[in-house]
Amino acid sequence: MTENIKVWPGTPLSEKDIKEKRILVTEWQPNLKYAWDAGIGYGRYFAELKKGRIVGTRCDKCRRVLLPARVFCEWCFRTVDAWVHLQDTGTVNTFSVAYTGTAAERLKEPLIPALIEIDGSGGVAIMHLISEVDPWKVKMGMRVRAVWKPEQEREGAITDIAYWKPI
Amino acid sequence: MQRRVAVIGIGYTPFRPISPDLSFKEMMFEAAQKAYEDAGVCPRHDIDAFVTCEEDFTHGRSIFNIHTPDNIGAVLKRIHTLPAESLYGLADAYMLINTGLVDVMAVESHSKASNMLTPNYLIAHAMDPVYNKPLSYNPYFIAGMEMNRYMHERGVTKEQCALVSVKNKANALLNPEAAYGDRISVDDVLNSEMMFWPLSRLDMSSPADGGIVLVLACEEKARILCDKPIWVRGVGWCSDAPSLETREWGEAVYARLAGEMAYRLAGIEHPRKEVDFAEVDDSFSYKELQHLEALKLCRSGQAGFMVEEGATKREGEFPVNVSGGSLGVGRLDEATGLQKVLEVVLQLRGEAGKRQLPNIKVGLAQSWRGLPANSGAVAILSNE
Amino acid sequence: MRKVAVVGAGMTKFMRRAQETGKELAWETAKMALDSCELTIKDVDCVVMGTAPDAFDMIHMKSEYLSDGAGAWRKPYMRGFLGGGTGVFTANQAWYHVASGLFDVCLAITEEKMSSCLPHPQGAFVTCWDQFTESPLGTSLLWFFAWEMNRYMTAHGITEREIALVSVKNKKNALDHPCAQLSADITVDDVMGSEMMAWPVKRLDVSPTSDGAVALVFAAEDVAKRITDRPVWVQGVGWCVDTMYIGQRDLYYPKYVEYAARMAYDMAGIKEPRKEIDIAEPYDPFSYKELHNAEGLLLCDKGEAARLLVDGETQRTGRQPWCPSGGALGVGNAIAATGMMKVAELFWQLRGEAGKRQVPGKPRRGVAQAWGDEMQVGTVIVLGV
Repeated sequence: MTENIKVWPGTPLSEKDIKEKRILVTEWQPNLKYAWDAGIGYGRYFAELKKGRIVGTRCDKCRRVLLPARVFCEWCFRTVDAWVHLQDTGTVNTFSVAYTGTAAERLKEPLIPALIEIDGSGGVAIMHLISEVDPWKVKMGMRVRAVWKPEQEREGAITDIAYWKPI
Repeated sequence: MQRRVAVIGIGYTPFRPISPDLSFKEMMFEAAQKAYEDAGVCPRHDIDAFVTCEEDFTHGRSIFNIHTPDNIGAVLKRIHTLPAESLYGLADAYMLINTGLVDVMAVESHSKASNMLTPNYLIAHAMDPVYNKPLSYNPYFIAGMEMNRYMHERGVTKEQCALVSVKNKANALLNPEAAYGDRISVDDVLNSEMMFWPLSRLDMSSPADGGIVLVLACEEKARILCDKPIWVRGVGWCSDAPSLETREWGEAVYARLAGEMAYRLAGIEHPRKEVDFAEVDDSFSYKELQHLEALKLCRSGQAGFMVEEGATKREGEFPVNVSGGSLGVGRLDEATGLQKVLEVVLQLRGEAGKRQLPNIKVGLAQSWRGLPANSGAVAILSNE
Repeated sequence: MRKVAVVGAGMTKFMRRAQETGKELAWETAKMALDSCELTIKDVDCVVMGTAPDAFDMIHMKSEYLSDGAGAWRKPYMRGFLGGGTGVFTANQAWYHVASGLFDVCLAITEEKMSSCLPHPQGAFVTCWDQFTESPLGTSLLWFFAWEMNRYMTAHGITEREIALVSVKNKKNALDHPCAQLSADITVDDVMGSEMMAWPVKRLDVSPTSDGAVALVFAAEDVAKRITDRPVWVQGVGWCVDTMYIGQRDLYYPKYVEYAARMAYDMAGIKEPRKEIDIAEPYDPFSYKELHNAEGLLLCDKGEAARLLVDGETQRTGRQPWCPSGGALGVGNAIAATGMMKVAELFWQLRGEAGKRQVPGKPRRGVAQAWGDEMQVGTVIVLGV
């Protein structure tokens, strides 16, 4: 059947068609604002980050550490048993050298986003950025340490850790 | 031949205007844990599939189903999301169980309406981008226009609509989970702030937060797991014309067609005689009346008189929105439909406490997708 | 279980920017699919819609807006959603609409209009990640793929040049696809020399963003046999989602794809997928993803996919053709529509109607797969004749 179809529907446009308004274009900026409840798990996780500490929770049934901290174990589907304090050091699980930003724009200096396995968690990683290193020297398994923002600048957010640097 | 499907477990959190104590994940967990406990199932072993009903923009996260499996025990299992009203979730589960592929399934939906700070703009964001968005009206005008047309076509009065608010808010006083129970008079409604004439402030429901989870099962499993299975006898859903320019303004066609589908599956020929009570959408007071007519639960043009006579009160001959409805409980975004089902299940089980209805066998739950949509679903449940 | 067949298919061109609105794209493809099996909208009992996040078309409750274009006026109409896995899931959903016994004919539509989001559709992805732990870092979609590709390469000792071959193969396959957006005859060196996006991901490793729509018509056995003498049966479906906590699992292997594939294979009675499946359309939004997903689909051992590719086994004429359509890399990545494009490709291939793209040797069974969310979703469908 497909070989018999001469014209497939669809009218491609070029960027020029839009810039020069050769077709009708309407613009719309949605005005949407949210304030999300952090809840118990993330609430404490961020409160501790503000103090310069990383906490997780522990499920005694599957013996896992849950990170970022949360109040129930998704695997056993039960409430967790305890809070656990973790180190602010870790090991690079995987990483990238990113030359583009969130909206696909080019970055002047590349970022090094990575998954970092936090010490004391049994290999559970969090998402963060690595800096103070030549991007091409970063390796999987590299040891890193958190660089905290100064205490007065911390606001109880994941960005209270400025970045991670090699030990 | 359809497989029989039953609701075997329900779990929910209280419905409140705000819920700063819990994240949406913790709210989902709480409702899910209660539902699984109620059904006596372990989600990790006994439940074959899960469906959650959430719209991205309502929650402020794109691809919302990234965030759902962990919270209801569905990790590495069959789970999908319907960006739709949660009664569609029930219909979806009904279908999946009927394929024979799954035997036990969970349906989840929750509202964190309080986290959405610009709800009017949210509704505006659902309008047609070319025809309607540039007008930049507050989208509630749609409800005003619809109410006006409905009143005009069916001879319904503003007082009759006001009575719906009075009734539902009074019903909510007996529902410990409801957020907006109140004792008000028709004059209170008529004298409340004029919003979008003829719609007054007290004709409109207010948002609430809360999570609901249902567990459904096929007949064989339901008989083993549950003493009081509540059977899903029929489901129906339908979309009418989406654009403002082409839709019916007087009649709720989507509810009529969804109702017809559900009645057909349930083998119901005379809805008014065979259904004992109903929880219908009352996001706005007039919507309850419009939906009762569309669902053939009263004769055309009679809904106004029905509420005037008190027939739809809790002690009336055909109780409607005994839970308090959206006007009394609060509108729960996508979870609104499951709140309707929840009430029908509680009533049919005889677990509705002070608001328990006597001698009931068949209940109907109906939902509307909310402004500016023109679609909705119906479910018919029975305790035998 | 009721037997369900695919009886018709329709598709629009895949384009960076379409003049048509989402509604119009949906309508074009719906019309084409119905025409292809000589049905009218009156014959359709229900409609399912698959379309990825509302943030792309920039309309809240997108399915409501699209409903009339999709032919859903006054019909039961439902939208299912599984992120990037939506396209194949929508086919699964159409299957269970019919298999449930509630409906006889189901029209399944997938539509995407990513060009609506300015300045670039990629910006819409920022709103996907966890609002507390991920988005505040300035997270980009590409990071996730780069992490996974890096992990996958390192775990198996696969090189970037080997992975680049996927782009070369798929873009070349797409030269024969009349709807393709980015078909090209390129070399491994072109891929290696293309702009670095997020190491190890380069521009030519990435599929483009696209506008487009695809539709399929599903029918129950008795109806299907009346409509056509060449129905393509849905033999198995599967879908599965892993945890959202990406640091809690190892990215080198897509376990969720394997689980979904096992569900579909069990249903289809497939014991040895490598022998029993003639064509595969694994999801290839990024070049390494085809290999990664093919391993999840159990089409080869873990870490073996690159070898099959290098040996030419996954070419259209090879022993195991992967993405004969040209895939997301060649035809374009209109998220949900691309997932269903892969199902449509199986439909055409199994009916011997794929024209220049036809896989030789009368293939009898194929598997299509899509992937989605935050490296979490596997959706799988098995079709056969």
